[in-house]
Amino acid sequence: MIFVKFAKANKISNSVVPLQMKKRGIFHYIKKDWQLYVLLLVPLAFALVFKYGSYFGLTIAFKDYKILKGFNGSKWVGFDIFRKVFTMRNFGSAVRNTLLLNVLTLVFGFPMPIILALLLNEVKNKYFKKVTQTLIYLPHFLSFIIIGAMAYQIFGQENGVINNIIVSLGGSRIPFLQEDTHWLISYVVINVWQTMGWGTIIYLAAITSVNPELYEAATVDGAGRWGKIKNVTLPCIRSTIVTLLIMNLGKIMAGSFENVYALMNVATPKYTTTIPILVYRLGLSNGKYSEATAIGLFQSVIGLALVLISDRIAKKLGEDGLL
Amino acid sequence: MEAKLQTRSLNKKVEKHKITDKIASFLIHLFLVLVALTCVLPFLHVFAKSVSNEAYVIANKVLLLPKEFTITAYKKVFADSSILRSFYVSVVVTILFTMLGILITLCAAYPLSRKGLKGRSFFTFVFLFTMYFSAGIIPEYLLINNLGLLDTWAVLILPLAFSPYNFLIMKTSLQSTIPDSLIESAHLDGATQFQILGKIVVPLSKPILATLSLFYAVGRWNAYQDALFYVKQNVSLRPLQLKMYYLVVSATESLQAASEGGAQITNPEVLKAACIMFATIPIICIYPFVQKFFVQGTMIGSVKG
Repeated sequence: MIFVKFAKANKISNSVVPLQMKKRGIFHYIKKDWQLYVLLLVPLAFALVFKYGSYFGLTIAFKDYKILKGFNGSKWVGFDIFRKVFTMRNFGSAVRNTLLLNVLTLVFGFPMPIILALLLNEVKNKYFKKVTQTLIYLPHFLSFIIIGAMAYQIFGQENGVINNIIVSLGGSRIPFLQEDTHWLISYVVINVWQTMGWGTIIYLAAITSVNPELYEAATVDGAGRWGKIKNVTLPCIRSTIVTLLIMNLGKIMAGSFENVYALMNVATPKYTTTIPILVYRLGLSNGKYSEATAIGLFQSVIGLALVLISDRIAKKLGEDGLL
Repeated sequence: MEAKLQTRSLNKKVEKHKITDKIASFLIHLFLVLVALTCVLPFLHVFAKSVSNEAYVIANKVLLLPKEFTITAYKKVFADSSILRSFYVSVVVTILFTMLGILITLCAAYPLSRKGLKGRSFFTFVFLFTMYFSAGIIPEYLLINNLGLLDTWAVLILPLAFSPYNFLIMKTSLQSTIPDSLIESAHLDGATQFQILGKIVVPLSKPILATLSLFYAVGRWNAYQDALFYVKQNVSLRPLQLKMYYLVVSATESLQAASEGGAQITNPEVLKAACIMFATIPIICIYPFVQKFFVQGTMIGSVKG
């Protein structure tokens, strides 16, 4: 009732601003849509407990966390932990490796779906197209454990089939997964291979929405296959390409624990120490919770900043953006 | 005379065009076949290994066709109760997780797809923010620990059940497929929001529900990071992927059936191959049937974000 009165009072005093007349108290809306708000309580509870709940744990990056003393008992130390972490030898290489793996995967992985989609679009035989698509989507459906296990069967130094073929052809065994630089290349190849087929879906959808009249006009102008790709298809799917590229750039600092962990081994320490792996080792294996949390927080903050920046750029270019 | 010459050269040009076109076509097909083969041959190779006689595998003689067909390795896999137990855990967890995930996503997406709802953008932000900023591995571990969820079934089902990404897809889809007037009129007829959700929204959005169920199911089936962190002591709660990790990737465990004979640390290649296939074949069997839903869902997802 009070709110109705309030609204009325507003109406009289603020008659210049008609919008204000509609302003009603929060309880009005809760009463009107209470059922919808009840529905929202369920996901809210999950987000608050499992996501926002974990944000409290971030405080231990600023504390000298001792398990026995707990969250509240541990002493605040300000940025001491960060200072310690930033001067750690492993920290620099973890940041470098995270960026290295992601940049390489992006550089080689990003164009692949575009190329595949353009080539698939040139295929006239429906049956061939469908079978090819079905097969190249397949790796996306497998866990990285399976892919990692399979990688050792294929690229293994002693028993891997590729090395067996090389030996039978008179070559010598190559340590695809058992030497640092080879491991890096294998990691990139395997990741590109796993995601390339799946990435074509969006580009194929974009290509099918290109106006067919443009192709007809290009044919009349004497454009061949390559001319049509260059002058019609690529410009038409440009915005899709740009949006996806920007979104991927935003994730360049994100680390994939699962992919690296499934493929790493003792012989390849140089490039496998990424941020998530370092956090896992420090925190869960060595009990250095504060340090590990600080490194994770550093990664999250940079990651968030990158996402926001790429969102800005996307919107500046007239794209939809992410948020 | 000149005209004749011109047409002749034009004809030649067209012919040349046709030939280069055919070559280009051939190269395109060849490239696609090669790419597709890289996606199939690894499976065929591992499968061939898994059904071959061990002697041939050790001698590196198995390529794509099995040598001396035998299913001994599979018999050993099936004789290991811990692998079957892991399979069971994965199936149960995947089913419960998918049902819960869909329920929560629907509870978030339906209210926030209603344009008149006050605070809509605020709640949407609350949900989506978690997608871009995560507290990281350690705070999440401490939270799970404090909640007393370590080594429980719940830890594999609850924490990831709400996916902001799937929520976004569902919300976009509801906004574009269900006309506001339909919901308005149902509301005026006296239907509660719960009735509208159950009797109008859910039946009308079956395709997107199917797609998201698959997203949730495959995501859960394939994830192993959370199990690796949160399932430590309770060996009977290891999902299949984690079991596979210990058995095949890190090779820190050996099959029960295989280790009976003697003190064996690593598993023979044939057994590893059989394990890989054991975890892969279910997916390959379901895959052709669910693929088109996935393609649909990815396209809906690409509409925004």
